[in-house]
This record gives sequence, structure tokens and C-alpha cells, in this order.
Amino acid sequence: MSTEKSVLQRAFEWHEQRLPIGGFIDGVIGTKYPAPKNLNYWWNFGSLNGLMLVIMIASGIFLAMNYTPHKDFAFDSVERIMRDVNYGWVMRYMHANGASFFFIVVYIHIFRGMYYGSYKNPREVLWWIGILIFLAMMATAFMGYVLPWGQMSFWGATVITNLFSAIPVVGDSIVTFLWGGFSVENPTLNRFFSLHYLLPFVIFGLVVFHVWALHLPGSNNPLGIEATPADKIPFHPYYTAKDFFGVGVFMLIYFAVVFWAPNMLGDPLNYEKANPLVTPAHIVPEWYFLPFYAILRAIPDKLLGVIAMFGSILILFALPWLDTSRIRSAVFRPIYKWFLWLFVIDCAVLTWCGAQLPEGLPLILSRVGTFWYFLHFLILLPIIGWVETPKPLPASISEAVLKGRG
Amino acid sequence: MKKIILAAAAVLALSPAVRAAEVGPELMQVPWSFDGAFGKFDRLQLQRGLQVYREVCASCHSLNYVAFRNLSDLGYSEGQIKAIANEYEYPEIDDEGSDTTRKGKPSDYFPNPYPNEKFARASNNGALPPDLSLVTKSRHRDGPNYIYSLLLGYEDPPAGMEVLEGMSYNKFFSSGSFQIAMVKQIEPDKVTYADGTAATQEQIAQDITAFLHWAAEPKLEARHGAGLRVMLYTLIFTVLAYLLKKRIWARLDQK
Repeated sequence: MSTEKSVLQRAFEWHEQRLPIGGFIDGVIGTKYPAPKNLNYWWNFGSLNGLMLVIMIASGIFLAMNYTPHKDFAFDSVERIMRDVNYGWVMRYMHANGASFFFIVVYIHIFRGMYYGSYKNPREVLWWIGILIFLAMMATAFMGYVLPWGQMSFWGATVITNLFSAIPVVGDSIVTFLWGGFSVENPTLNRFFSLHYLLPFVIFGLVVFHVWALHLPGSNNPLGIEATPADKIPFHPYYTAKDFFGVGVFMLIYFAVVFWAPNMLGDPLNYEKANPLVTPAHIVPEWYFLPFYAILRAIPDKLLGVIAMFGSILILFALPWLDTSRIRSAVFRPIYKWFLWLFVIDCAVLTWCGAQLPEGLPLILSRVGTFWYFLHFLILLPIIGWVETPKPLPASISEAVLKGRG
Repeated sequence: MKKIILAAAAVLALSPAVRAAEVGPELMQVPWSFDGAFGKFDRLQLQRGLQVYREVCASCHSLNYVAFRNLSDLGYSEGQIKAIANEYEYPEIDDEGSDTTRKGKPSDYFPNPYPNEKFARASNNGALPPDLSLVTKSRHRDGPNYIYSLLLGYEDPPAGMEVLEGMSYNKFFSSGSFQIAMVKQIEPDKVTYADGTAATQEQIAQDITAFLHWAAEPKLEARHGAGLRVMLYTLIFTVLAYLLKKRIWARLDQK
């Protein structure tokens, strides 16, 4: 074997001494980042989120090259993308469905954090940054949905921006400020386009902090116990390989929708150009906002409804302290586990309610669902943590793996 | 992993159900040639549909996003497209600055039958005939079947129902309380097909709907074709990634 280094190797080393990009990547997702060896497939969704962000930014840049942010031309320019721009339809369907899939992945990622207690000491700040990313994503998705300037774009924007008018005294001024005028108009579309382009890079910055905050304590694991160095394996090649497989499975589902059912998740009405004179009978947001929309409409008072809607997300910031149990993983929490699944069902019920007219059964269900949502966080979680007797924790990950529980 | 796939599949399967239920009777279902992952347009059907559009619909409905050049998708030659475009006239300003007209070119879009919205409403009892370019996508999740059903959904109103002056009862027009401003347009032998196909009203309704779905989703065939290749590629990638993952993780057992 020759010990002689190739030109390429020497060039790489020369560069590493001056700017160690290779070493940096190796430390973040490479051989120098040790991860617990028992991570299951629920841990794939972090990197899938990163991938979705890249797909959204990449497809979005190409869409922006062909999009016109003007109320008279926006809808037409989107149709031009669909018809005349080479592979414009791929970019738009990947971007529009990508938003849905980004939210699917992020919701699973949040659920994983809740199930395995990833928000607990010492990962509270990591969890906070995650919520900030989620909020930024919601703002980005909302403003992106306005850009095609279809009927649902326009009326969705009208309804959601009007929420701010519930704020006492300054509410109306805030709404005028958001609109850049006295109704959802061309200035609104312009600023939403500008912000829709900006926010993904804010998210990207937050992701950097998210990953930074992850690397201090390292990844949590399905057992929720501290992983000793002996229980860890290098991220590369083990988890890079596992993530690649997860990416493949995910892409199969995502591409099936993009190419074979691209309009399944969208509202048909958004293929009609915005018309300020015609209010749709039923204004609904995209599916990923439905639970929050249900909470908003469950409460008869507008201001309280708005507070409850934003509160339902902001309450997540307090989750590390509302959950009084020191056991992280739901695997060892017999009571919490059931209540978490109840919470998931509650969110599903709220999602369904959000799509219905707020009357009759859907209204009753959304009130019960809203009540349960806050009950879960404010009352149940603290109590469960106090009364629950957790199952005995394994001494180490290796011990659990040998017993077949890893 | 299975759980995750199941969860994702459940989310996808439920999402249309999450939507507000669309009221009205069950739509008539047509086995469209463009249905499914491998569906393609039937070119002769699209040509018949174009004939229906031009002879029946075009007197009231625009087709703003379709240009004559797009008709090459229907199997027409360059010469045929030029001939079709030539049948239309477009306003122009001549070199002296006076208003004049010129013949249509393949790059022109189908002309709007009315000069403006007010004119259109005045000619139609106050109603505005919608543009048809996206109508199979904008009205219903099951768009083509909805348009087909709507075209044939005219019948006598149920006893006790009062239909407004100038309106027609249509059992599929749930979004407008079953009263539609368009009178029944599709009748047997309303058109005489150039290719000799018997012009039953079902045939006419299917042909125009297929044509309108092409107008709304002209890249459907390209999308289905690309989808197959993308899925095959991704499947191979996923299998290889799985084998690679197994092989790499096997190292841990050897330790």
C-alpha cells in the first residue's frame, strides 16, 4: 500500500488547514458526532425536515423567477408557470404539496419529541427553537398560500389578517399596517411575497441554532436515559445510511402525490381568481392549520378565540415545566402514554372540526376538543407527572438492547 | 417504520375527508381515459370536445388560458392550427393608427366572446358565464365527473320548489342552491361530429368535459409519464439504500 497522498487529498488538507469545512461537517453529521445506537425510525424526521426545507427553497427560487407579485398578474403568472414554463408544473406541484409534506414531517417530529420527552432537561432551549421554527413555518405557509391570488388565497388572507383587529385599541391600526392599505390589496400581496421569500432563510438560521442546541446534550433516544459513550455510534455512516433509506420511503409517498394526485390536498376554489366582490360560502385554511382554526372558532368571543389560537402553540414553550415527570420516554410512563395518544386523537378531531361549518356537532366537538387541548397541557400533564409510577428504567442502553427492548 | 408509513398513509387518505362534505347527490362517474396513474387523453375525443366548445360553449364562455398553438396537443398539424386560428379575428392598430382587424395566429389565445363583463352580464340575464380554462379543477374535488354530471343534471324541479325567472333547475348545482343561470345546452345531435361519432348527449358531455380537463391540466400526460419514471428511480434508490443500511449496521453485530 502506498503512503503517498494523491493530489486531491493534499489539496483537501491544504484547504482544511485554512478553512476546515470538511471537519465542520464531520462534526455536525459525520463521524465525530456520536449518537445513541438505539434511535428508531421516528428519529428520521429531523433530517427529513432539513430536506424539505431545501426542496422548498430550491423549488421556490425557480417559481419566483417566473412569478409576478401583482394582483392583476399573479394568478395568470401561476397559470403561465403551469403551462408555458419548462417543467414549471413540476416546480409548482412540488412546492405546493411540499408545504403539506413539510407539515406532515414537522408534526411527526413534534410528536416524537412529545412521546420520548425530548423537550425535557437539558433540551429545553432546543425545544424552544423548534417551536420558533414551527411558528416561522406557519407564517411562511400562510403567506405563500396567498401568492397565487386565488379565491381562497384572498379570503384566507382577509380572515386571518382580520384576527388582529380583535386586539383592543390598536387592533384596527395593526390590520391596516399589515395590509398596507384598507383591505387585502396589491400592497398586501407585495409584502407577503417579500416576506415569503425572506422567512425561509430565517428558518434556515433557526435550524442552525436548533442543530447547535442539539449537539451540546446530543440526541435523546427511545429509552430517554442518558447514553454513555459506549452506547453511542458515529452518526456517519450509521445514521446517514438510515436517513438515506428514510428519505427514499418518504420520497415514494411525496412523489406519488406530486405526480399522480397533485391537487388532492388543495382547495379547488383556489383555481378561481381572487374576487373581492364574491365571498366563498365556506372559507377554510389548508389542512395543516385546521386544528388551530377549529380552536379559534370554538370560542364565541373573537379576542379570546384569537388568544386561544395563539395560546395553543405558545403553550408548547412551557411544556418542559408543565410536564412534571422527570422520566423522558413514554415507554416507561404507563399513564402518560395513553393521555398522549388521547391528545393525538384530540388534534385529529380538531382538524376535522376545522374543515366543517362552525355549527351543530362540529361546533360542540371543537369546543370539547379545545377544552381537552388546554386541559391536557395545564392540568393533566402536571398531575400525571405527580401520580404516575414509572416503570423501572434500564441501567443502560446496552442492557435494554440485550434484553430486546432497545 | 411500518407504523410511520401507516400513519402517513392515514393522513393522506383522511385529508380529503377532512374537507367540508360537498352536498348534493352523488355524481355520475365516467371511466375517463385520463384517470389513474397511467391515464392519457384520447386525442380524437379532445378534437370532438374542441368542436363542441367552438360550436356550443364559445358563444358565451371564454377559454382565456388556451392558445391555438396549444392545440398541437390534440394531434393537429401546424397547418391545421393555422387554419383554425385564421377563422378568428383580432383587433389591431394599423400603421396609420386606425383601428382595424387581423386574422388570428397560432400564438393568439381563444378570443373572449364578450368585450367586457358588463356586456356579458347584460347578455345573460345578469349572470356572468365563467371562463372555462380551469373549470374542471376549480369547482369540485372530482372535477371532470362534476362537470359531466352538471351538463346532464337538468330536470324538472322537485314539487314545491320555485325556480327563479331565467334560471334552470340542476340537481348537481349544489353551490347555487340547484338553480343555474345556464339553460340546458347538451341535446342529442346538438353537433354533427366530423369523425362520424354518434352524438348522443352523453357522448357530447364526455367529449367537452375531456377537452376542458385538457384545457385545465394540459401537462397531465407529461406528469403521469414523469411520475412513473420518478417512482421507479426512487424505488430502486430506496431498495439500494435499505441494503446499504443493512450492510453498514451489520458491522455493529460483529463488534
